[in-house]
Amino acid sequence: MSSTNWNLEPSLESTAVVQIKAQYELFINGQWQAPLSKTYFDSVNPADESHLAKIAWAQAQDIDLAVQAARSAYENVWSKLSGAERGKYLFRIARLMQEKSRELAVLETLDGGKPIKESRDVDVPLACNHFFYYAGWADKLQEAFAGREVAALGLAAQITPWNFPLLMLAWKIAPALACGNTVVLKPAETTSLTALKFAEICQEAGLPAGVVNIVTGYGDSGAALVAHPDVNKIAFTGSTAVGKQIQKACIGTDKKLTLELGGKSANIILEDAPIDQAVEGVINAIFFNQGHVCCAGSRLYVQESIATRVIEKLKFRLQSIYVGNPLDKNTDIGAINSKKQLETIERYISLGVEEGAEMYQPSCHLPAKGYYCPPTLFTDVAQSARIAQEEIFGPVLTIQTFRTIDEVLQKANNSPYGLAAGVWTDKGARIFGLSSQLQAGVVWANTYNKFDPASPFGGYKESGFGREGGLHGLSAYLKFIN
Amino acid sequence: MEILKTYKLYIGGQFPRTESGRSYLVESPDGKAIANACLASKKDVRNAVQVARKAQSSWAAKTAFNKGQILYRIAEVFEGRKAQLIEEMCSLGASIQEASQEVQIAIDRCVYYAGWADKYQALSSSVNPVASSHFNFSVPEPMGVVGIVACQETALSGLVSQMLPIIAGGNSVVLLANSKKPLCAITLGEVLATSDVPGGVVNILTGNVAEMLPTLAGHMDVNALCLAKLPTELMVSAQESAIDNLKRCIIQTQDFSEASAQGMQYITDFQEIKTTWHPIEQLAGGMGGY
Repeated sequence: MSSTNWNLEPSLESTAVVQIKAQYELFINGQWQAPLSKTYFDSVNPADESHLAKIAWAQAQDIDLAVQAARSAYENVWSKLSGAERGKYLFRIARLMQEKSRELAVLETLDGGKPIKESRDVDVPLACNHFFYYAGWADKLQEAFAGREVAALGLAAQITPWNFPLLMLAWKIAPALACGNTVVLKPAETTSLTALKFAEICQEAGLPAGVVNIVTGYGDSGAALVAHPDVNKIAFTGSTAVGKQIQKACIGTDKKLTLELGGKSANIILEDAPIDQAVEGVINAIFFNQGHVCCAGSRLYVQESIATRVIEKLKFRLQSIYVGNPLDKNTDIGAINSKKQLETIERYISLGVEEGAEMYQPSCHLPAKGYYCPPTLFTDVAQSARIAQEEIFGPVLTIQTFRTIDEVLQKANNSPYGLAAGVWTDKGARIFGLSSQLQAGVVWANTYNKFDPASPFGGYKESGFGREGGLHGLSAYLKFIN
Repeated sequence: MEILKTYKLYIGGQFPRTESGRSYLVESPDGKAIANACLASKKDVRNAVQVARKAQSSWAAKTAFNKGQILYRIAEVFEGRKAQLIEEMCSLGASIQEASQEVQIAIDRCVYYAGWADKYQALSSSVNPVASSHFNFSVPEPMGVVGIVACQETALSGLVSQMLPIIAGGNSVVLLANSKKPLCAITLGEVLATSDVPGGVVNILTGNVAEMLPTLAGHMDVNALCLAKLPTELMVSAQESAIDNLKRCIIQTQDFSEASAQGMQYITDFQEIKTTWHPIEQLAGGMGGY
């Protein structure tokens, strides 16, 4: 196959639609409040390392104020509303988000580095839809659990990651409010802006003060929130290491906990699969959102008989992947979220080479400033290699081959994680056979990285527990009286 | 001359002595020696987990209907052991009335969960109407190997009420019996061994819970824990050990002698939800009419 040379005219999304403030305060009790310590941190655009804004750094005493506000809003306002009325607020928020969808998308891309086509077509619409979906559940909770009496838990503390900032906020806040809880949410420190924009949307929607509180900051802010004794529920999406610390912090308390943690998901191509379709699926599975996806298909298993062809096609396909300015509508892989994450990814890439795997990167021009990483393949990877075992959270794919179904099942399940898996084959019976044996909370058959508010998401094993989305996502935010 | 029974462990469908060779005296409330029970060791716990893991996938693979049949068979065999179980409970201080009631609850629970074995799936599954051309459904799957600390207050009703929903859901079990009242647990093992429950699906250890639990809770091949009421320190240390591989910990402090202490949630608390997506081909001519 010959190399392709793509010279695309830049097609930049305008940033005129967003107004980023110089400084952001904490959103507590419906108002913007300066942190008591007067400490702020910088938010940086990872695409060009430019300064975006100063953001309040919440300390324990600020967290306490936010919890008090959420408690008071729960006792005095939110718990007294009917489910139908709560639902109306959620519908209103969903509509406002839709109206501001362009603004949210651009802001998400500026703050986090993801390609505008993804924030525009995936993150923001899914986030809006999540509010629409759970809005409709608010007055049907009793019907969802036949024979059982359910009630709100009270106050939900929620900590979201930097890979899908607004979408993860929606996954957390929408079911929490629908089930009658009030919320204190801490976004990841590198991506606070859409959460702060969401706070403005709550104000605009007339959501009663204190029902949603947004406290920005680093891990210490999150730890203070988790430790607060007046919290009834903790929902965390992030790394397995931090998830374990949170699980530990909850021991001996009545705090209900759901964790959505890391992954090292297997993507399996069988010899009867439609190859071109599978290759596109593999590209989407690992390079979507720069590979900053907890369920990324980061371990590819290809049946030996087709391995040479698949690898050749993947390498060819990599040459037409456009890495660059996230605001460019042509961009497939945008900026790595932070300098720290870029260093982590680069460390794993050198480790892979040291471990003896063969690396392939297409020659691509990376912008001079900003954090970028070309799409990377590793072949000749040992099952025990760290790059095949540990979550890299970047655009790095390991490729291994297999001969029999039993072998690939064993390899795929040989991981402490169990978030997702992919299967590519034309045989229906084989799909059901494999999908029922794969230890993963989500199995994509002949597709990958599809998400929907109606579809429960969450892991087996060390990928966490509890589900977000769909009917099954409700129970994380309810207590069962009988 | 009466022939006294030796109470042994129940592992892998066999009744071995503890590998440690240790035993302890089971006494009645007034201090009378009733029997010797095995004081199981950490090694016994590890052996039991290994056996439980081996048994789990083929147990889960049995049809739901078949699992229901086997659970019902437990009730049938149980019925024939009523007198023995009542006697064992009475020897440890229960009145005949209390003992009979507890055995009855245990048998009723078998029938109850036998009926659930092929029904909870329909009630906890969903077909999810995603906004794209995909068929998307969610189904429950067993968590795998579940460690149970049996209720330390009751001799029989608690452990039966904890264990049955967990195995009805396709898990295998390593169960630490009531330390002070272990006799019924081993007799239950005899019931299970003769009621078509494959060896290894349920493994029962007697001894000191405080000694065995850290090994069970920290074992990397145990997926979940079902913990009865325990002293705070022991409970906390078990939950801390559970974090290493993110075990799901369910604490059950219900009074299992209550008729209401049963339900589908006792099954689904030990299930994972798996969601599967598959594209749906769009056919040009069809408008979907039947």
